[in-house]
Amino acid sequence: MKVSITVNGTAYENDVEPRTLLVQYVRETLGLTGTNIGCDTSSCGACSLHVDGESVKSCTMLAAQADGCSVTTIEGLAQGGEMHPMQKAFMENHGLQCGYCTPGMVMASISLLKENPNPTEEEVRIGLEGNLCRCTGYHNIVKSVLAAAKAQ
Amino acid sequence: MGGSILGNRVLRKEDPKFLTTGGVYVDDMLDEPLLVGSVHVTYVRSSVAHAIINSIDTSDAAQMPGVLAVLTGADLGLQPVPSSFNPMATRTLLAMDKVRYVGEPVAAIVSETREQGEDASEMVIVDYDFLEPLIDLEQSMASSNLIYESCGSNVVFDTTVLGIPENTGDAYFADCEVVVKGRFINQRVAPCPLEVRGSAAAWGSDGRLVQWLSTQHAQGAHAPIAATNGVDVAQVRVMTPDVGGGFGAKIGAYPEELLLGVIAKRIGRPVRWRETRSESMVALGHGRAQLQYITIGGTKQGKVTHYQLHAIQDSGAWVDMGTILAPFMTRPMSSGVYDIPNIECRTTSVVTNTTPTVAYRGAGRPEATAAIERAMDLFAAELGMDPAEVRRINLIPKFLEPHTTVVGQTYDVGDYEESLDKVLAAADYKGWRAKQAERRTSNSSKQIGIGISVYVEITGGVGNGESAKVEVLEDGRAIVYTGTSPHGQGHDTSWSMLTSEQTGIPIDRIELVWGDTDRVPIGTGTMGSRSLQQGGNAVFAVAGQLVDKAKSVAARLLEANEADIVLDKDRGAFHVAGTPAVSKTWADLAVAEKQSGGLVHSDVIGVAGATFPFGAHVAIVEVDTETGKVRHIAHTACDDAGKVLNPMLLEGQIHGGVAQGAAQALLEEVCYDPDGNPITSNLADYAFISAAELPSVTVVHMETPTPVNLIGAKGIGESGTIGATPALQSAVVDAVSHLGVRHIDMPTTAERVWSAIQQAR
Repeated sequence: MKVSITVNGTAYENDVEPRTLLVQYVRETLGLTGTNIGCDTSSCGACSLHVDGESVKSCTMLAAQADGCSVTTIEGLAQGGEMHPMQKAFMENHGLQCGYCTPGMVMASISLLKENPNPTEEEVRIGLEGNLCRCTGYHNIVKSVLAAAKAQ
Repeated sequence: MGGSILGNRVLRKEDPKFLTTGGVYVDDMLDEPLLVGSVHVTYVRSSVAHAIINSIDTSDAAQMPGVLAVLTGADLGLQPVPSSFNPMATRTLLAMDKVRYVGEPVAAIVSETREQGEDASEMVIVDYDFLEPLIDLEQSMASSNLIYESCGSNVVFDTTVLGIPENTGDAYFADCEVVVKGRFINQRVAPCPLEVRGSAAAWGSDGRLVQWLSTQHAQGAHAPIAATNGVDVAQVRVMTPDVGGGFGAKIGAYPEELLLGVIAKRIGRPVRWRETRSESMVALGHGRAQLQYITIGGTKQGKVTHYQLHAIQDSGAWVDMGTILAPFMTRPMSSGVYDIPNIECRTTSVVTNTTPTVAYRGAGRPEATAAIERAMDLFAAELGMDPAEVRRINLIPKFLEPHTTVVGQTYDVGDYEESLDKVLAAADYKGWRAKQAERRTSNSSKQIGIGISVYVEITGGVGNGESAKVEVLEDGRAIVYTGTSPHGQGHDTSWSMLTSEQTGIPIDRIELVWGDTDRVPIGTGTMGSRSLQQGGNAVFAVAGQLVDKAKSVAARLLEANEADIVLDKDRGAFHVAGTPAVSKTWADLAVAEKQSGGLVHSDVIGVAGATFPFGAHVAIVEVDTETGKVRHIAHTACDDAGKVLNPMLLEGQIHGGVAQGAAQALLEEVCYDPDGNPITSNLADYAFISAAELPSVTVVHMETPTPVNLIGAKGIGESGTIGATPALQSAVVDAVSHLGVRHIDMPTTAERVWSAIQQAR
């Protein structure tokens, strides 16, 4: 089936199998491999990206459901070689180690601050419950998000 | 450059890539020319825990769309391979005669797409004759129904074979005024790196096999891959893309990975394989899984004089690394930080029909620490003494010369009391005890628990040195080759700092190469918290030696005495002392050396032994006595890893370690039903810890440098886990100890805590 999806500002039209997940579409059809797959039960959030500005676990959505939508992945965040403030905050606060959860974590964090621009530490922790990280113990991820909120 | 870069909070060079385009993990290698036209491998796995295989019918699967081949062990002519840890145990890489755990690979499907392979895997019919599933450790230990008949027993390793006598039992404690016993389950957990296993293999036109592997140790996988393919190691190149975490479980090469070259050759096309998370939860090695019987005895004043531990290690269904962690990691550390004059420690490793166990963050030391720390708490509770005070009475006094415990393990340096004092002060131990007393007095349903652990562990116990090579290019940039293998630890940044310190070359002009057996043939990888003290140490030493070499080149070019040449690190230039105006840069020297093999130096740098980081943790929990629910509300960690290279990276390692410790203490456990069916085989069922279940961690710095390597560093990768786990478990018990509870096994779930309270009432 045909889908028309704008990804990181570029409009794409592709033929996809109906069972193609949005994460497979961005990774395999478009070659945007920054978005990772960490589980098969929509538990880990490694595949989080933005659909029409909202954080979505892209393994829970079919490419077909994103027809006509605007998608942003980690590759689309930096503008003109300048990192997004959330990316900068993760770098400055050592909010990543192996990097596997990072794209999803950054996308979910941006969405979190959009909904709640001045979260408490606890609100950040609860807000990121659906994004798993095995390396950082979340300490510096939470710190990064709070720093990004403060910098806004 | 003013002063040394070492010891500074240097941001990671690795991060911009991970943050903007993401890493390039094995499954992201879409542009690799050798993998053009690759097909996918999907493994068919055993759905039963223990059974004889009568037949495997692949005919329907072979007819499925997109399927190129369905291969069994017989099709591939697989021969039994002995275990490295007990050669009496042998298996084929695809099960042929019998299956021994749910998830064991029995056939491989090769298909054009991954989805076609998954669909076809459902069509393979294996005819099984069921055998008794042996899931319980002690049941398997006693059973005459053998998982590996050739071993003659389900016990596949016991310290008695090392000449260590059996424990003598209760008679050992005849002279003790106070004796307490415990049975602790250090439960099975899943390492859960966020990136599951993946690999790709291609035979080049030169007849060599190139295999990409998500691993902690490419050089370790090199020989087993060559052997499986029946070729010389020179015919194989193993490469490591970015690796999304390992935690010990990606040290060894697994059957699914070893077979890829064989399958690629058979099909005549390059192959890719990536497991699903549900596969990973049953086929990536598990960690811990130790049952411990302890007895502790001493005086009424709180001096421990006798300690006895029998650690029964669950090997799972293969004699993998998990088997040897109890005898060679747990036992040597059984004395912990304490001066105990009499210790007996026996370990027994037993196979069961469960996923094989391997190293997992801490690998045998968390188990040793948990045993002695829980024992100390039981002893303190029996005496009605403060657990901090009982510990203090028994600590080995500060030592800066090697100290040997009664079990024969020599520690490098230690100041355990200082770490305990620091952590108690930083955590406001007295303040929390006062709050706890208030809640107890008011009979609140929200009780406070305070847990302490003091620990010492072994790091750098694997390998006795590491290779390094430093090369300066004609444009003045440096390339550093290391035998360690980062997968989150930040070696690119750290090794660049060490190189920059010696050479004056800025860190952004330094590139790191690792995990490629052609470019770094010698390497022991990253495991056992060895990287900085062995790999970083080697880079530091070799970069220093390269500076000496460069001085001799500069002397030649400047027509001066080598002894008069100095390196101006601010400029990255060599000149005669006193005449800086006439100088030669690194680039000049590299150009001058072009004809004689380049400006490069490599060596394998040894170290004088393992190191023994130590520290103390205080965990604070709040327990709802009506529901049993535990909240981890504060955590303070004082971890002494010797000389600190980059405090930001050190803290990151501690934070991650604490979270994995909390995960084991509070939430995570791999479970099986009595038939051996895994019931925690995905991330919806397995209680992987999240941000919402953790507090921020207060890190207290302490530095006691070790003399065993040049840079004075000890390991930090696992300390957090080792210190945090017993502190958390003790905190939960402490919260309800006034209700009569003495012990709760991990994970201290609401159900367990609630049940313990009910039983005590």
